[in-house]
Amino acid sequence: MEIPKTFLGYKRENGRAGTRNHVIILPVDDISNACAEAVANNIKGTIALPHSYGRLQFGADLELHFRTMIGTGKNPNVAAVIVIGIEPKWTKRIVDEIAKTGKPVEGFHIERTGDIGTIMKASKKAQEFSQWASEIQREECPLSDLWISVKCGESDTTSGLASNPTVGNLMEKLEPFGVHLCFGETSELTGAETVCAARGSTPEAKDKFMKTWSAYNDFILKEATNDLSESQPTAGNIAGGLTTIEEKAFGNFQKIGNLKFIDVLEPAEEPKKGKGLYFMDTSSAAAECVTLQAAGGFNIHLFPTGQGNIIGNPIEPVVKLTANPLTAKLMKEHVDCDVSKILSREMNLSQAGDELIKTMLRVANGRLTCAEALGHKEFVMTKLYRSA
Amino acid sequence: MSQPDLIIHDEKDNVGVVVIEMTKKGQECNAWIMENDKTIKVSSTNEVPLGHKIALQDLKEGDTILKYGHDIGKVVKPIKKGDHVHVHNVKTKKW
Repeated sequence: MEIPKTFLGYKRENGRAGTRNHVIILPVDDISNACAEAVANNIKGTIALPHSYGRLQFGADLELHFRTMIGTGKNPNVAAVIVIGIEPKWTKRIVDEIAKTGKPVEGFHIERTGDIGTIMKASKKAQEFSQWASEIQREECPLSDLWISVKCGESDTTSGLASNPTVGNLMEKLEPFGVHLCFGETSELTGAETVCAARGSTPEAKDKFMKTWSAYNDFILKEATNDLSESQPTAGNIAGGLTTIEEKAFGNFQKIGNLKFIDVLEPAEEPKKGKGLYFMDTSSAAAECVTLQAAGGFNIHLFPTGQGNIIGNPIEPVVKLTANPLTAKLMKEHVDCDVSKILSREMNLSQAGDELIKTMLRVANGRLTCAEALGHKEFVMTKLYRSA
Repeated sequence: MSQPDLIIHDEKDNVGVVVIEMTKKGQECNAWIMENDKTIKVSSTNEVPLGHKIALQDLKEGDTILKYGHDIGKVVKPIKKGDHVHVHNVKTKKW
């Protein structure tokens, strides 16, 4: 298949391009959710991103909170941002960083005004942003404007056999076009960690990966109170035939094909070394992982599933594929790309990779994913430890 | 290129994955090895569902299960060729 050289995206002020054109209402903290949701309810064409945290966090955990908030606002799938927090200082910190992209952003704080006054002021600005954004047109953008993140979920053995290698095939075919790519799931590489580390393109990348994985593993061993076999693999994984974390890890690892990764990112960190594949230190919980990757600036997501994970994200479209014929049949409404014919050998891996490229480009051009059509918008912050 | 009943990732593997809805007891399965495109036969000793693994050889306690050509865990109960391989007879080496 000849791969198209362009897609239709929304060009942003900072030179990046989006596959979506959202106006988001971003609460800084849990207690500002009600206000943000009221604004999104008032003004059509906007979406609120409620979440559970943002108060009394400190240290690395607080830094991660800010990085996630700011990165979400900066994501090129977002046209404009309203930030609402309880107090002015943290609200302004987020607004100022998002503003560096050049996109419209305005902050509001609730203290000394109350919800109703804040909702009124923020709604007026949100209306302005929504109508402004509605006139932005899709334009032809080079494929290199695609920043593609990947994560698998509710995996079974069909994931490692076929749907994950399909993603790997897509990566191998699209890397030469200068796309950014990102995989994560630190915990679910356990068992394949040395094989994965060897894929670092430099000694620094290899070393950084092993340090990241070891820090995670030390934490697990410290906190574990019983046999982790109950949690990893999950009950869904086991029902699907996955027996051990090692088996899951080697299946997971098929998603990067034969590529090498050039750097290891902190959770929600934006890549800075140019095109190519990055590893991001993330949780393996689907919504947390995709939220972190979206905050890192990725604008389209590929999600292979075995037993049928249903996740979506409010700003980054999540394209789902499965090779499990039962899932493709029983959960059809969640499957954007069915590659189950690989198992019956009616389709080879390269054909499956081509199908996934086609599906992904249709979504990049504007087709709603199954998760978008079904209203999935899981926005889940990663919390590193308890608050002060 | 007939439809396989089992798929094996790597020539070194000692397990294959069921890719039909369910194997029958005593069914002679066509097992396709992806790495070298060869097909071997193995009899399923029981009903094994889609996605689950079948042993390609006899295995004793302490043996290593190989899939993708890599170590994915240890045998904790003896396994006969054709048996269902899962959490009842294999355990992780990690925790």
